Amino acid sequence: MKSAVIVYPGINRERDLARALELVTGTAPYMVWHDDAEIPDVDLIAVPGGFSYGDYLRCGAIAGQARITADLKKKAAKGVRVFGVCNGFQILTEIGLLPGALLRNAHLKFVCKEVKLEVANSRTAFTNAYTQGQIIRCPVAHHDGNYFADEGTIRKLEDEHRVVFRYAEGTNPNGSINDIAGIINEKGNVLGMMPHPENLVEPLHGGLDGRGIFESLLETVA
Amino acid sequence: MKARIIVTLKNGVLDPQGKAIEHALGQLGFGGIGDVRQGKYFEVTLSEQDPAKARAQLEDACKKLFANTVIENYAIELDV
Repeated sequence: MKSAVIVYPGINRERDLARALELVTGTAPYMVWHDDAEIPDVDLIAVPGGFSYGDYLRCGAIAGQARITADLKKKAAKGVRVFGVCNGFQILTEIGLLPGALLRNAHLKFVCKEVKLEVANSRTAFTNAYTQGQIIRCPVAHHDGNYFADEGTIRKLEDEHRVVFRYAEGTNPNGSINDIAGIINEKGNVLGMMPHPENLVEPLHGGLDGRGIFESLLETVA
Repeated sequence: MKARIIVTLKNGVLDPQGKAIEHALGQLGFGGIGDVRQGKYFEVTLSEQDPAKARAQLEDACKKLFANTVIENYAIELDV
């Protein structure tokens, strides 16, 4: 499986994502600079977490205007899989690849801890290695992860089973509507989530619960 | 030409920062000041001299950058 990780100034989880991708797929991803015009032909484009442009204006707002965005949108429209984590999720909502927005955490504090996630839809290309309803452990680290969308959008997401991950067992760390932790687009090729599955993929991390996403992607490409 | 852009959260969008400010006001004895909603304010200078064109340019910029219209409204004040 070929993959690419987009690197923006202020991003700090790009190596975590690259490491997880290489570990599970056996191939190191291309690291693509935000000011490049084109992303190489790959099966997966990953948008990492961090604090692109210091979260100035709104999280992901400035990164969304980067030169690479045009090609990211073009490839997403063609059906290339796009995976946004944390700041990557915020960027994907800012550029309209995913609906809604990520607001400041309801309690206003930065959260850095482990939460429980329910796999609310295991029939996606990103989650088929999990079982429906499976509860996994996953770290979170964010200040603006409070998922918001208008009522109609939330209803549509729920009706179409596009909420893919939900905070479980009372661990919602940010006040997200319906405990939403991750959503997928209509076509099923763009997933965004606030938690960091790339940080729970090898024994030294203390668990392997995050591997399922990368294994799912590998499975559906190969 | 100078202009000001005011970005506010749409009705129904949770504003935890506004709530925290409201709470702090209460602590200071300003219990009568409520419904605090935090927003953003920008001052800009445009090279465009035609007010209609300047406004159109700012509208476009607001939609593309200054505001996230999923959660925010914007208002433009133009010095003419």
